[in-house]
Amino acid sequence: MTTLVFAEPHGDSVSDATLATVTAAAALGGPVHVLATAAGDAHAAIAGVEKVLVADDAAYANGLAENLAPLIAGLMDGYDAVLAPATTTGKNVLPRVAALLDVMQVSDIISVEGPKTFTRPIYAGNAIATVESSDPKLVITVRTTAFDKAEATGGSASTEAASGPGDAGASEFVKLDAVKSDRPELTSAGIVVSGGRALKDSETFEQYITPLADKLGAAIGASRAAVDAGYVPNDYQVGQTGKIVAPEVYIAIGISGAIQHLAGMKDSKTIVAINKDPDAPIFQVADIGLVADLFNAVPELTEKL
Amino acid sequence: MKILVPVKRVIDYNVKPRVKSDGSGVDLANVKMSMNPFDEIAVEEALRLKEAGKAEEVVAVSVGPAKAQETLRTALAMGADRAILVETDELVEPLAVAKILKAIAAEEEPGIVMLGKQAIDDDSNQTGQMLAALMERPQGTFASKVEIDGDSVSVTREVDGGLETVKLTLPAIVTTDLRLNEPRYASLPNIMKAKKKPLDTKTPADYGVDVAPRLTTTNVSEPPVRQAGEIVEDVDALVAKLKSMGVA
Repeated sequence: MTTLVFAEPHGDSVSDATLATVTAAAALGGPVHVLATAAGDAHAAIAGVEKVLVADDAAYANGLAENLAPLIAGLMDGYDAVLAPATTTGKNVLPRVAALLDVMQVSDIISVEGPKTFTRPIYAGNAIATVESSDPKLVITVRTTAFDKAEATGGSASTEAASGPGDAGASEFVKLDAVKSDRPELTSAGIVVSGGRALKDSETFEQYITPLADKLGAAIGASRAAVDAGYVPNDYQVGQTGKIVAPEVYIAIGISGAIQHLAGMKDSKTIVAINKDPDAPIFQVADIGLVADLFNAVPELTEKL
Repeated sequence: MKILVPVKRVIDYNVKPRVKSDGSGVDLANVKMSMNPFDEIAVEEALRLKEAGKAEEVVAVSVGPAKAQETLRTALAMGADRAILVETDELVEPLAVAKILKAIAAEEEPGIVMLGKQAIDDDSNQTGQMLAALMERPQGTFASKVEIDGDSVSVTREVDGGLETVKLTLPAIVTTDLRLNEPRYASLPNIMKAKKKPLDTKTPADYGVDVAPRLTTTNVSEPPVRQAGEIVEDVDALVAKLKSMGVA
């Protein structure tokens, strides 16, 4: 069986999410091909990839599901499975592919247990389900923090052009308001410093979290409460419905540790929590806890590191 | 224009789910059930569009057991005009739900189908996208802002890189994210009134949809438990720990 990976558009490079998805695809046992909308050569260098299909067409560049889904579905005669990272792009496009193929998607897998058997978190990570598909083809999104990244170099896949129906005409990409930042990406950073509701407002969030993150070269995240309260933009949110992260070190500051937040970071290697409430649930998962007022502790920590 | 709002009855979001000891699933006996929170946001958004004069009618629909009537009554109490229950005791997967919704949409001809981006029980995040594919219509998923302008809708989407705006020709499918709005509470008079609003009951067979599952759940287990570590005395001790780990 041959497996297709849909590589999410990532400028002229390969995203870490795509690399982890290649690892999940390889676990199915067959050859792995990658469908990219750009950067064919960069994708051809991923270790273990046999072939890269490049669909270099403006209709596919912005991730519009209406255009991408028929392209992917049209390629599936030659494949037994298609995988995409469970990023907002993958989550947008792949169910649409599954419906076109009349199969049930397996969402957000965290392990491959057999040719058609997978585990996936349900109930915001409060339970892990083992599911087996009976469909003739597999359509899967991958929780990327659960799989190691494939090596980005060392591969020598062949490349070939792929084409599909192009612009479906009913949807139009207008704009992307992206927050420009020199920081590491939240989902691939080695260290993440996250702030919660206790930071009070956007000024204090900036004043207390940013210097610590700068000192550590860390990405900045936030709890849902902090995002809902408008301290930081939506793309900072770590949690079941935000981003799933698993850095080497996750520093949670003023975050109580609601279930849905824990679901987004509990696979971090080391969790550090600073919170003034000793009963905060975050301390039940933290490797290192400090019970202290963040407004004193964080500046002191920033200074002493 | 009509707005169709599919809603799902799920475990209340404040209840901690308990995995059954035999691994057959999550224990839902005697557990408080509510409308999926993302669907509440969808109902609210549909009502706001109606109140702004952009839509004439809001129709709520649910696929599920007889008790899903309660969920539909909640939608009616919030302000939906009428409801359709597609009753089944089977666990219906997103693909089959999408097929049922497609058949309902063919009868109702909504300008927008507004639904939650995912249900908090199976966390699939599929139904809206699948419905859009089956209806061959555009989709605006993970919406944080919805603006109707003539025969199109602008949807601001919460994506990993920030906020993306797409413009879709109606009819379209919109799935709601957390920050689209804050759903209203139903007032007591409206709860009473909702009891008199029309609620049709159908079955999947009425729409010719086979709901046989494609996925088999062979086991449901507790997630691995992370052990609590150590509480350090002060910032100096924390700094020492971090340095010993090679951080900074």
